[in-house]
Amino acid sequence: MALREHSADVAQDFADTDRASLLAALAGILPPAALLSAEEDLKPYECDGLSAYRQVPLAVALPETEAQVVAVIKACRAAGAPIVARGAGTGLSAGALPHPQGVVLSLAKLKKILRVDPVARVAVVQPGVRNLAISEAAAPLGLYYAPDPSSQIACSIGGNVAENSGGVHCLKYGLTLHNVLRVRAVLVSGDIVEFGNHALDAPGYDLLAVSIGSEGMLAVVTEVTVKLVPKPEQAQVIMASFDDVMKAGEAVAAVIAAGIIPAGLEMMDKPATAAVEPYVKAGYDLNAEAILLCESDGTAEEVAEEISRMKAVLETSGATDIRVSQSEPERLRFWAGRKAAFPAAGRISPDYYCMDGTIPRKRLGEMLTAIYAMEKKYRLRCINVFHAGDGNLHPLILYDANVAGELERTEAFGAEILKLSVDLGGTITGEHGVGYEKINSMCDQFGSEELRAFHAVKRAFDPEGLLNPEKGVPTLHRCAEFGRMHVHGGQVKFPELERL
Amino acid sequence: MIDEFRARILERKPLRLRGGGSKDFYGGPLAGDVLDTRSHAGIVSYEPTELVVTARCGTPLAELESALAARRQFLACEPPRFGNATVGGAVAAGLSGPRRAAVGSLRDYVLGVRIMDGEGRVLRFGGEVMKNVAGFDVSRLMTGSLGTLGLILDVSLKVLPLPAGDASLRFEMPQDKALEAMNRWAGQPLPLVASCWQDGVLSIRLSGAQAAVAAACKKLGGESLAAAAADEFWNGLREQGAAFFAGDAPLWRLSVPSVAPPLELPGEQLLEWGGAQRWLRGDGDAAQLREAAARAGGHATLFHGGDKTGGVFAPLQPALMEVHRRLKHSFDPYGVFNPGRMYSEF
Repeated sequence: MALREHSADVAQDFADTDRASLLAALAGILPPAALLSAEEDLKPYECDGLSAYRQVPLAVALPETEAQVVAVIKACRAAGAPIVARGAGTGLSAGALPHPQGVVLSLAKLKKILRVDPVARVAVVQPGVRNLAISEAAAPLGLYYAPDPSSQIACSIGGNVAENSGGVHCLKYGLTLHNVLRVRAVLVSGDIVEFGNHALDAPGYDLLAVSIGSEGMLAVVTEVTVKLVPKPEQAQVIMASFDDVMKAGEAVAAVIAAGIIPAGLEMMDKPATAAVEPYVKAGYDLNAEAILLCESDGTAEEVAEEISRMKAVLETSGATDIRVSQSEPERLRFWAGRKAAFPAAGRISPDYYCMDGTIPRKRLGEMLTAIYAMEKKYRLRCINVFHAGDGNLHPLILYDANVAGELERTEAFGAEILKLSVDLGGTITGEHGVGYEKINSMCDQFGSEELRAFHAVKRAFDPEGLLNPEKGVPTLHRCAEFGRMHVHGGQVKFPELERL
Repeated sequence: MIDEFRARILERKPLRLRGGGSKDFYGGPLAGDVLDTRSHAGIVSYEPTELVVTARCGTPLAELESALAARRQFLACEPPRFGNATVGGAVAAGLSGPRRAAVGSLRDYVLGVRIMDGEGRVLRFGGEVMKNVAGFDVSRLMTGSLGTLGLILDVSLKVLPLPAGDASLRFEMPQDKALEAMNRWAGQPLPLVASCWQDGVLSIRLSGAQAAVAAACKKLGGESLAAAAADEFWNGLREQGAAFFAGDAPLWRLSVPSVAPPLELPGEQLLEWGGAQRWLRGDGDAAQLREAAARAGGHATLFHGGDKTGGVFAPLQPALMEVHRRLKHSFDPYGVFNPGRMYSEF
């Protein structure tokens, strides 16, 4: 089937995909257990971690080898069918939402840890390997893989590469981007390529950086080399209470201003601590308007020095109470509350919607104040957990999908938070990706020229736009439609396009 | 200023983007008329508590770094100045200094860019925040692209606080033992930020909390270097002012896994980055050097001098070259920017 070249203006039309011949081709490539096409088998793949968006795909392919990945991609391309790569399906932006005419290409069966090298401090793994499994395999060697998204028990490294996942230790240890040396991937042409290598750089353009966070839109990952770092000898965390969210926000800036890069710097507001405390019994100060968790790690000497400096800064910044973890169990308990924020939201509300904007640190207090006003405006509750150290916000909007109108109000609430993130000098997504969920908000953050450039980058890798179409980067047509609702400062953002 | 740049670009004639000209020696043969970026200079914003600085392309790197130093911060990746490098040139070249293996490369610190593409359009990618996954990472695609994709106008960089403690140690040992030691130490929780082996001497730099540096010095032993001598030594590597880099013999840069065994090649070698960057002086055969680097799992670059007719950078596999060509064509459809500076194909 002939498809036109991928375009920035309008989405490709895949309506003519010949389902029967594509299924026959896939059946010739994959063993029966690795190809799903019956309605009841497809159902579990209809959504990822963001269940508000659902779509049953044409088929699900579960290749067991790289050669099968290549063959599946070639068959899909020959049939002109979209390919949506999927890891563990824990993503929070509907990035793995299937395409109705397309194939979900699950990498879940490629789950071998191929090599852990303690001397070179790298692990070579297949994309389906779970994030935490890497650290577990490296632990006996005194090493670990630093990025630790809260889904790390379940999420896969291929998905982490697709999203450029972060975690609570990014400020000091970086994102996926900073911890991956090499990605082996299959292009839509079927060519196997490597971005990066086991040295510290590669010739040519930095395609490794471009592929990380590309949301399955440029290539399909079949192998990843990650950096392993030495496990710190020791870690200690300070829990500081504040009677005012603005003061807590300022304390975050003050810690950085003092020349300290904490291993973790997290903030939770009062509704968030109230939600997790009955569930986890972390010992949080329930009277505080906000608490900060401030971690130091390193050698025993380093930690002692840094904890005392951080304590002094937090006291000067008006902390009403300060507690320092006195043992490893206590440190883990302080963190348990933060890490349980999402499930706690699920306990106190039938549904919740997690946002992911990032803003300059100094605007944290301002953002929280605005969110409190939005709660009244949309008549919905929101609990706030922030990766405060890097300005990454995770407001959790609580709603009930069974109450008419609540999902729509939730989406509008979320979009307003993202819009404000952009207006405050930040971004609509810090670590969860754009996926399908935030595709309209991309029109807030970027103008048509930047969006065209993104589409051109996509076209350079994927000329017909078969890989995860209609995700990540909106077409200009979509933005024009969306722009009818959002006019910026009286200016129409896509003047060259006809309004339909 | 920007309008003047645009007017030049819209002439659709090959341009050689140039800041301080400190890296004229680097990359493929120079072509096109010079577009001097130094008129677009100055720090746009610097907020120490946000750990971000934004500067225009023509800002001298030295000026940017003194502004950071005044607030006890720095560019941890230590891009070389080679005299009078500008911020735009540093990002376009994407080179990093002695701390690279420990703290990451310049691209790791690039948060956002504003560029002008081959059609004179001003585009903004990334931003001034630490975490940002909206859209493809074009800012980092620009880093190290040698100005072949667009004219970098402004750059936002992550900065870090200057570590309080700093010490340098020296050990006499042969290359294989030095490689073993560098890799072993890098796998331990030590504040090891830089290393160099040359001529039977391994030098390392420890940098971090004072207590941690003191503890590491005690643990590792070796001969301690006085602060001034240490600064001069590491600066000599960063700026290539050290004696090893003097003279006209071709300088090759072999980027290999840190664990690669000593490379038996004709010419003198100097190792950095825990063994991951190996400099070689000499008239070695290009094919032989590239082959040796590839066998070790890396690649070789003709960094300075020598015969550039065989290409400066290691050749790319055809599928990747095709992606490069398409990217180049998208950002620079008329082939205006630095033609041939990276590969003769574009």
